[in-house]
Amino acid sequence: MLEKALRGTKTYWAWIFFLLALFGVGFLFYMKQLSYGLGITGMSRDVSWGFYVAQFTYLVGVAASAVMLVMPYYLHNYKKFGRIVILGEFLAVSAVSMCVLFIFVDLGQPFRVMNVVLHPTPNSVMFWDMIVLMGYFTLNIIIGWTTLGAERKGVKPAAWVKPLIYLSIPWAVSIHTVTAFLYSGLPGRHMWLTAIMAPRFLASAFASGPAILILLAFLVRKISRFDPGTEAIQTLAKIVTYAMITNIFFFVLEFFTAFYSRIPGHMHSLQYLFAGLDGHGKLVPFMWTFVVVAAIGIFLLIIPRFRQNENLLGIAALAIFISTWIDKGMGLVVGGFIPNPFEEVTEYFPTGPELMITLGVYACGLLVLTILYKVAIGVKEEVGA
Amino acid sequence: MGCNRREFLKIAGLSTLLGAGGNAAFELLRPGALEASEFVEGKRSLEAGRWSMVIDMRKCLGERNCTKCMDACHETHNVPDFGNRKDEVKWIWKEPFENTFPDQENEFQTEELEGKPFVVLCNHCEHPPCVRVCPTQATFKRKKDGLVMMDYHRCIGCRFCMAACPYGSRSFNWRIPRTAHNLQQHRNPEYPTRTKGVVEKCTFCDERLAVGLGPKCVEACDEKALIFGDLDDPKSVVREIIRNNYSIRRKPELGTNPSVFYLI
Repeated sequence: MLEKALRGTKTYWAWIFFLLALFGVGFLFYMKQLSYGLGITGMSRDVSWGFYVAQFTYLVGVAASAVMLVMPYYLHNYKKFGRIVILGEFLAVSAVSMCVLFIFVDLGQPFRVMNVVLHPTPNSVMFWDMIVLMGYFTLNIIIGWTTLGAERKGVKPAAWVKPLIYLSIPWAVSIHTVTAFLYSGLPGRHMWLTAIMAPRFLASAFASGPAILILLAFLVRKISRFDPGTEAIQTLAKIVTYAMITNIFFFVLEFFTAFYSRIPGHMHSLQYLFAGLDGHGKLVPFMWTFVVVAAIGIFLLIIPRFRQNENLLGIAALAIFISTWIDKGMGLVVGGFIPNPFEEVTEYFPTGPELMITLGVYACGLLVLTILYKVAIGVKEEVGA
Repeated sequence: MGCNRREFLKIAGLSTLLGAGGNAAFELLRPGALEASEFVEGKRSLEAGRWSMVIDMRKCLGERNCTKCMDACHETHNVPDFGNRKDEVKWIWKEPFENTFPDQENEFQTEELEGKPFVVLCNHCEHPPCVRVCPTQATFKRKKDGLVMMDYHRCIGCRFCMAACPYGSRSFNWRIPRTAHNLQQHRNPEYPTRTKGVVEKCTFCDERLAVGLGPKCVEACDEKALIFGDLDDPKSVVREIIRNNYSIRRKPELGTNPSVFYLI
């Protein structure tokens, strides 16, 4: 099936080489980081995780969201998702590949990464995160590839795939739960030390992932003869609506606990993010953008007339994508480190090289996504689905 | 967890096939049996059940700009100084009272405590969160004396320990330490410099304990404000001091059980 990715229009190849070029630029900056050290980034002793780990966290959510297609289709026999489910699975594969790369570029000693396998440490959440991510990656590539292959041949998928599909459902929940545990089990980081971290992660994941899928479905429909289906897209839109409202609800709960109890430690990080703390407020404009854009997105999604208008739905999906990205891809990780254990504020902002490396990783993930989608769409066009 | 020879060999063999090596099986089945960076103790080494430190802030001259303990430590351990906060590495340093003990919030503080610089370092916790989160056991609690140790050769530089430490005791080598101006001028050949990309912190001078010497900071303090001893020994000098003086510890509510005590 892979041969389908080797035949394409000029635009397809131009896009592939554009991504390769971006990846190349990111790689060059990574070489620089490798020789100079992570000091090339904006991270410091006080904010010791930054953009890379934040992107990783966001993308674990995008990966987990495939379950929002797999569950209705395979568990509840919702046939309308039959055409689109492969797009969700392949998006998950691409997202996990980016997760792995973001962790890799964040390591101070990347060549020692196998130490995690060489010295397995079950009491470390990171050990489990590695296991669940690798497992999820494998599950999705196997499930996606075999069901697509079966579809091409006009036969039912092999019987052994079914148990894997069922396994992938709780597994999707596990990847984002374990990722939340990276944060929510640390003493002394008040903003992260909250039992609602994992539910909030899942809610924001089930909003952001399907929102991205809606945008991708529009794109696929525009550039190919394959139509993922209007009704499937509308169902996705409803999933995004519920998930995003739940996500914001959970966030508001955090605010209530912090600001009604008025315990300073619980308020500090949120104050830093939304109002600034001790005169420092680099992230304040971003967090308010998050609030406004999220509100616009939810408004457009709630009103059925707007949601059913595909132009407005596109804007809404974009709004959800951007707002969840700011929340998780910027605020959550950095905000947790501010103030530091001495209640001092050290700010963080990504540097140029850091952004270029991030772009390189995204280019790599998009390359994986493009190739997988090219194969999937090729097969769908071939069988005339 | 018990397992017979046959089972052990089976799992060890299987994990070797998986590329992890017999070592991985050993660590899963007999956790802690192999410690990172083990070495043979010298005959004169100082032994204890649980090393600890008492810092008598009544004697400390930190507010009169005394930095003897930190200078001695950082010089002995080749701690790089890049002259900026972003790349900072530090093992023992000063923080104002209010920042050291944020839980001791008091609107009206005695004059002597208000803004008084306190000496801070790794607390060598009994339940260290950094050890709990480390994915490679590169940071580990030494069983025989409770020291929270670092293996610079195993650390992958993920910095999970820095996020986990509620005391801000850990530093990362954001740059190549040997390029720091102080290490270019002078280096202690007795102690290794680190590579870039690994985490480091105070180790209560395990390398000096091994040859019968106490920590360098304790030795450097002319006021004898730093007292080092065995917390497990009821007759030790630290236990004696703690018994007779009211002491406080940093963030004890987190359950880490720090081994550094402050007299105020």
